[in-house]
Amino acid sequence: MFKKLVIPALMISFTISSATAETVRWARAGDGITMDPHAQNEGPTHALNHQIYDSLLQRDMSGAIIPSLATAWSALPDNPKIWRFNLRKGVKFHNGATFDSEDVVFSLNRAMADGSEMKELLSSIKEVRAVDSHVVDIETNGANPLLINNLTNMFMMDKGWSEVNDVMTPHDVAKGETNFATMNTNGTGAFMLVSRSVDEKTVLKANPDYWGKNLYPNQVTEIIYTPIQSSATRVAALLSGEVDIIQDVPVQDLGRVSSTDGLKLATAAQNRVIFLGLNTVEGPTAELKVRQAMNIAINRESIKKVVMRGQSDPTGVIMPPFVNGWTEKLNEYPAYNLDKAKALMSEAGYSNGFDIVLNCPNDRYINDEAICQAAVGMMAQIGINVTLDAKPKAQHFPIAKGGEADFYMLGWGVPTFDSHYIFNYLVHTQTDDRGSWNPTGYSNAEVDTMIVSLESETDLSKRNDTISKIWANVQDAQMYLPIHNQVLNWGMRSGIEFDVQPEDQPHFQFLKFN
Amino acid sequence: MLAVGSFFVFTTIILLAIFANYLAPHTPFDPSTLNLMNGFTPPMEPNEFTGQVFLMGTDDQGRDLFSTILYGLRISLFVGLMAVLLAMVLGVILGLISGFSGGWLDIIIMRLADIQMTFPSILVAMLVYGVARGMLPPELRYEMSITVLIISIGLSEWVPFARTVRGSTLVEKEKDYITSARMLGLKRFSIMTRHILPNILSPVLVIATITFALAIIAEATLSFLGVGVPTTKPSLGTLIRIGQDFLFSGEWWILLFPALTLLALALSINLFGDWLRDMLNPKIH
Repeated sequence: MFKKLVIPALMISFTISSATAETVRWARAGDGITMDPHAQNEGPTHALNHQIYDSLLQRDMSGAIIPSLATAWSALPDNPKIWRFNLRKGVKFHNGATFDSEDVVFSLNRAMADGSEMKELLSSIKEVRAVDSHVVDIETNGANPLLINNLTNMFMMDKGWSEVNDVMTPHDVAKGETNFATMNTNGTGAFMLVSRSVDEKTVLKANPDYWGKNLYPNQVTEIIYTPIQSSATRVAALLSGEVDIIQDVPVQDLGRVSSTDGLKLATAAQNRVIFLGLNTVEGPTAELKVRQAMNIAINRESIKKVVMRGQSDPTGVIMPPFVNGWTEKLNEYPAYNLDKAKALMSEAGYSNGFDIVLNCPNDRYINDEAICQAAVGMMAQIGINVTLDAKPKAQHFPIAKGGEADFYMLGWGVPTFDSHYIFNYLVHTQTDDRGSWNPTGYSNAEVDTMIVSLESETDLSKRNDTISKIWANVQDAQMYLPIHNQVLNWGMRSGIEFDVQPEDQPHFQFLKFN
Repeated sequence: MLAVGSFFVFTTIILLAIFANYLAPHTPFDPSTLNLMNGFTPPMEPNEFTGQVFLMGTDDQGRDLFSTILYGLRISLFVGLMAVLLAMVLGVILGLISGFSGGWLDIIIMRLADIQMTFPSILVAMLVYGVARGMLPPELRYEMSITVLIISIGLSEWVPFARTVRGSTLVEKEKDYITSARMLGLKRFSIMTRHILPNILSPVLVIATITFALAIIAEATLSFLGVGVPTTKPSLGTLIRIGQDFLFSGEWWILLFPALTLLALALSINLFGDWLRDMLNPKIH
């Protein structure tokens, strides 16, 4: 008799608890490219992986660095080349394995291996050593005071799990490779992967053994992530209540979202610059004068007014204002000047213009395809006949990165908040472990040396001098045509309390319901 | 009356498309003539920056919608016409062979048709489109995008032609004049083309008009899905896709005018096709 009563009672209590579960339905234009935490250094990929994996340090919703899997860190007083990290104790991976220093050594080495896109962030590292089970030393080639800034997206994987599943190295996305970790995860993060269907739907549930359970609000029990490429469909999903939060409210719909009852808009300047890259080795764009002409043929103000509806900050440098090295002077963009641009074109011997293809993503940046279309019109004014090839980012990035494109769009966020990150990926000569996103062919040995020297320069004013010297070179070479810095607009249900993070990385353990 | 009206609308649209370069006040396919600042100008209202006035307003890139619709119509009609011609030639040939020869050839062709009928034609068109684009080298993709569109829509619409032609051929080939032609020792090819074909053409014409409307809608659908013509040379479907993004923000004209044009075009062709069917059907007279 007792048993008969208990079982239905248990079942009732179970249904009640799942009814109070707080699900967040989250949407944005594009999906993460892979779940392998080191295979792609890309915003939406990191944003998804951040729910599942943890790094040693993290940025909170305001962008400040706070502890994560490391509880304390400092450079050794007697040897500034060594950073010592004390790891959090009692942390378990989703499969139950214990997190310890072996995993840190493994993960950092994995992130420096072939196929990794995180290499440039770790290029100053000489060796990673486990001191004991919960202390790790990172030795750099020279003293690198800014090392910790590079670790906020550096996710920790379980060594044992990686061995069993043969994912000891990241897969090379540009080569079309995949591995077990592309679709399967085992992190220490607040959420565990339940199911994933690429470009359709990814379901995550709260990790019951999460180490941060008592540190953060942790009110979300389930995340349903749906990429919705069409901006009209995405905003319709928010308006109709089909999703709770979208990370990219289309600029034309800001008024509509903010004036709708039950919805609110959260806005912040984003740490991301949008620009166009050019081939500096072959074809007409190898001529500096052509690149300079193209730069002043871009009417940045009209892109801001019409395409972005005021939601952007035009710039003359490929660096958001958050970054160390940024100055008002660098940020000044050249005046739009058609006559001068045409004069430069004829000086370069291209008074009749030329044909070029512009490769562009259509699901990555705010109004990416519309910006490229506008650029097509602006280039036509100086005789350049541009064919626009807009594709989803999963196809666009390998083309842009592989150097197949002579003219391409890219956006760059700076998680380290330091110029070195931009230089090491976008300016350094393309080599095995540096310059992976510099397909422009720009190569300057002197600049390369200066970039490497930043990693071991402890005198900050000297370091900043070098940074400004490198920027001067970049500005002179003009291999990139800066467009603007993005402005973030997250739209969400009024019942949600969630700060916009300047890196556009929502960390759902911080979300609160009210 | 309806027939006259629809014929009038249809011919007007065709003439507008043919003479677009004389009638359109702007040249929207020439990017050098565009001014981004003209973007999102409402119909018949001066633009706040440039002061220019546009009959149907402008789209997000500052293209005059009226001119863009006229030029876009050219693409839609050209793709539709070519796709129907392709489907018709393919369908008639396969139908004739199937009906006239019978046997295993008939079985193969008709089962092939059955299989294709189980897929929605837009799916077949997307499949062909994807494969064709994959096979082309990247530098040719944009030049070839319209050809690829024509082939993919054409290949997805041949079945109704083949079935009808086969049916009519089966009826015709038992008739006395065909028997006499056989007795005279004519070759199969000339019996098919010179005796059967002229007698089965009227249903083919009716199907052609209806397929024409379908092909135009298929092109619009593909472009709406973003797999058709490039956005720098928008057809009606591309314009509708662009316009869709601005419905919530109140810029209705970008969607409405291309959509109305597509509606008028498809409806008038269909009504005209109905009328043609009645005219060519001896049983009604």
